[in-house]
Amino acid sequence: MSQTVIPYLEMSQAIVDAGGEALKKCYQCGTCTGTCPWTPITHFNIRKLIRFGQLGIDGIEEYMWGCSTCKFCVDRCPRGVEIIDVVTAIRNVYSGGGMLPQSLRAFVGSLSARGNPWSGDQDKRNDWAKDKYPVYTKDMDYLFFTCCTVCYDPRNIKLAKAAAEVLNLAGLSWGIPSVDVNCCGESVRKVGDLELFERLKQNNLNYFKTNNVDKIVVVSPHCLAAFKKEYGEDYDVMHLSQLIARLIKEGKLTPKKDFGGLKVTYHDPCYLGRHSGVYDAPRDVLKAIPGIDFVEMGRNREQSMCCGGGGGGLWMEKLKGERLSDLRIEEAMATGATVLATSCPYCITMFEDSSRTLNVDEQIKIKDVTELFLESLGVNMDELMAGASDLNFTCKAD
Amino acid sequence: MSRIGVFVCHCGLNIAKTIRVSELAQFASTLPDVVVAKDYKFMCSTPGQEMIAGDIKEHKLDRIIVAACSPLMHEQTFRKVVENAGLNKYLVTIVNIREQVSWVTHDIEEGTSKAKALLNGAVYRARLLAPLTSRFIDVSPDVMVIGGGIAGIQAALELANTGKKVYLVEKNSTIGGHMAQFDKTFPTLDCSACILTPKMDAVLQHKNITLMTYCEVTEVKGYVGNFDITVKQKARYVDHDKCNACLACTEKCPGKGVSEWDEGLVKRKAIYIPFPQAVPQKPVIDRDACTFFIKGKCRLCEKVCEQKAIDFEQQDTFSTVKVGAVIVATGYDLMNTKPLVQYGYGKYPGVYSALEVERLFNSAGPTSGKVTLRDGKEPQAIAILHCIGSRDKNNYEHCSRVCCMYSLKFAHLFKEKTSADVYQFYIDMRAPGKGYEEFYNRIIEEDVKFIRGKGARVAESADEPGRMIVEAEDTLTGKFIKLPVDMVVLSPAMIPRSDSKDIARLFNLSTDKYGFFMERHPKLAPLSTMSEGIFIAGVCQSPKDIPDTVAQANGAAAEALTIVVKDKMELEATTAMVNPASCCACQNCIRVCPYGAPFFNEQKGVSEINEALCKGCGLCASVCPASAIIARHFTNDQVLAEIEGLMEF
Repeated sequence: MSQTVIPYLEMSQAIVDAGGEALKKCYQCGTCTGTCPWTPITHFNIRKLIRFGQLGIDGIEEYMWGCSTCKFCVDRCPRGVEIIDVVTAIRNVYSGGGMLPQSLRAFVGSLSARGNPWSGDQDKRNDWAKDKYPVYTKDMDYLFFTCCTVCYDPRNIKLAKAAAEVLNLAGLSWGIPSVDVNCCGESVRKVGDLELFERLKQNNLNYFKTNNVDKIVVVSPHCLAAFKKEYGEDYDVMHLSQLIARLIKEGKLTPKKDFGGLKVTYHDPCYLGRHSGVYDAPRDVLKAIPGIDFVEMGRNREQSMCCGGGGGGLWMEKLKGERLSDLRIEEAMATGATVLATSCPYCITMFEDSSRTLNVDEQIKIKDVTELFLESLGVNMDELMAGASDLNFTCKAD
Repeated sequence: MSRIGVFVCHCGLNIAKTIRVSELAQFASTLPDVVVAKDYKFMCSTPGQEMIAGDIKEHKLDRIIVAACSPLMHEQTFRKVVENAGLNKYLVTIVNIREQVSWVTHDIEEGTSKAKALLNGAVYRARLLAPLTSRFIDVSPDVMVIGGGIAGIQAALELANTGKKVYLVEKNSTIGGHMAQFDKTFPTLDCSACILTPKMDAVLQHKNITLMTYCEVTEVKGYVGNFDITVKQKARYVDHDKCNACLACTEKCPGKGVSEWDEGLVKRKAIYIPFPQAVPQKPVIDRDACTFFIKGKCRLCEKVCEQKAIDFEQQDTFSTVKVGAVIVATGYDLMNTKPLVQYGYGKYPGVYSALEVERLFNSAGPTSGKVTLRDGKEPQAIAILHCIGSRDKNNYEHCSRVCCMYSLKFAHLFKEKTSADVYQFYIDMRAPGKGYEEFYNRIIEEDVKFIRGKGARVAESADEPGRMIVEAEDTLTGKFIKLPVDMVVLSPAMIPRSDSKDIARLFNLSTDKYGFFMERHPKLAPLSTMSEGIFIAGVCQSPKDIPDTVAQANGAAAEALTIVVKDKMELEATTAMVNPASCCACQNCIRVCPYGAPFFNEQKGVSEINEALCKGCGLCASVCPASAIIARHFTNDQVLAEIEGLMEF
């Protein structure tokens, strides 16, 4: 096979025009590839993707779906290349040309038709709440923006409920949005469908504006990053772990139940950590809970490893041996922890999946920091979840 | 009625591409009192200069306006032209249509129009200009050199050899700088000590050099030709006049300090000379490490000193020296790589910074020149990581220029001194100096492995305790490399000395964003600064190797000489003066002057201006409520006329 290529600068320009301007800065040092968590386990090569993009030559297709937008390479890049912007732009250009992989078609289709990625009915967005929790009205302080995943995925409904209970116990004036809202759009933007993202964003912004929303609490770091960085508006957005850490500090909520030496480690979600710079709040919450023996994994905080769920990864199939979440579970277990805590519904889904396929779901439990905190306030999570089974709903094809 | 000649320069296409130069000249010829107006490709060239001189004679011109580049570039050039043609040199006006017009627009309409406005203003002002007479001041014939590294040593020796007296100020207790830490120098691999120590000794012996080690500049007063510089002699606690350098004290001393010279790899005594070839060979006491200063008793050094040179009561002393010019050659530090956690410096004992490795190679170093790790073992595999913090937007954007070459030197010395496999992790190999490419080829042939990819991470080896894994992509194959090694060498960014900001403040030097001193012009005045009479040499200006540093030092010496070689120096006549009859004694002028030129004459009850200090900025004139201050060459009438000319557009 001939190795001859002619640079196709129109394609390169198309990537630049789609927001991949940073492409030009790259001097191909390989820091990104050397840093990328996928490099050791897959053939994905982020540097080559950028190189092919610079010249507009064939090869882009091979690499364009490998990135989970964990931002590790961006933070380390000596040239300050916004690599995620380049990946997004490449995906935009190519998926516009009909190159969306099969596994992402249902995801994009559902978002387009129903406003959520889980093929759930829009009307049933708030079914998890069973009218038990208030819907936001203009006179309230906080909008608890429920991520689609915590609305529709049975495992993550637990997180939605735990969050709602914490907000109630804190005595705050809060409500969930009506079913008119839709996905924050963060992932579909990273998948490259910028047009659909705009539509989702505008719809949410309309809701925020009509209802005079000012303060937003989220449990998904993906919503956090989208609202803070992509919506172009100045809302007061906070991740629930930050709010809880504040409530503890102000003495408004005090964890009481003693966990009796339960060994817990914490996984920094990429979108809470590297994307949003929140490292301490979830740790502060865990450390405030009596009887939790908190241990760090070797790679933590700024150096944290990705679960693989970002950038559309949550909806893409990966072969065994090519799953970051498997590696992360093993890393967590190596610390001796029996609970892997995190603070992102995507990470929870990825880890729950891995712990089952690795057959270690009895040895290590996956929990959101919020869930542990609620238990430490004396609330029984199982009782809270009783009757939730009628919401049964399958998220992943497997 | 004046007779004005206007000369518009194309500056090649620099000006001509965004200003219609012939239209500008045509426009000028329509302005009042303009007798002749011309444009030419390069007005600063000999034909351009001859054109101006010829027209002055032919048209009996008495005012010249040159529309060209910044006055910083060629005001002096054109002043000479008019002076040689018999006009007072202050009757030439420069209109900056390059930096202020053509270089800041792509729009030829806007460019031409702005140039016309500036030229119009200049013509209005030129009509009111008056001839000025320069004044002359005495010049101190001596020079101060700050920094006793190879740059400072070289500059001091050059100047001293011309017969000029030099004060060489060094903040450490010895001269020699970083070069004294090296074992070999690239690309010739000559022994660093063999070429440096004779020069250090020459400094000590030279009758024209006053060596001021363990000293720091604390205050600078005065101006070019007449600086009064206060130098602090830090207390050494050893009377160097009495000390005969027997060094018995350093043998007996029980105190332990960190050897700066060995980059902290070993301890030294509290009373010490930094290394055996130090100049001067006389010790100082490190207070922080001295048992007597810490615990109140010991004084062993005092007991063994036959010369009675130890003096625990010694205090810092201050002296002031007068010099005509100053050369700043304060050198560099390597960046602290600890915050770059991915490389594990300070975490893994096998990770070294470049200067530490220089010490390992050095026969006078902590291992007597043997390459052994902190645990005493010889490394089997070594990775040298280039561009650590250099060429990096998160740290320092500049290329540190010497790392590629010293990394090659390291590789050679590792090969010579150990049986280790040596790997270079590089982004781009930069070997542009004389003999450098040849050196690079030589090292390749010595079977050093080159991996084109920046080191991404240094991790602990899971399989072999004590070893490390270097992770990087070999971008040439696209393969992810996980290389087990025993030793990692980081080549960190070169940055200005941590106290370079203090020097910048003292001498009123500008710095770039990282603290490197700014040269007056990157090409034509690379050793001068915006402060007249202050010159720079070596890495304090930007990273460079020893040959370039020495060349700069020689150049700076020559520059300094151009000032101190003269008995008298001409001062700009464009200074401010006070009309004592109008002065209301408010002293506003004294408060606003950045150069300390105005002072209050108590006897007369009025402000006066030291013309040697005045730069003619006009600040005092603008704040004088009584209009008692006249800024020569920028009088109110002249400035208002120029504004009027500008406002017509």
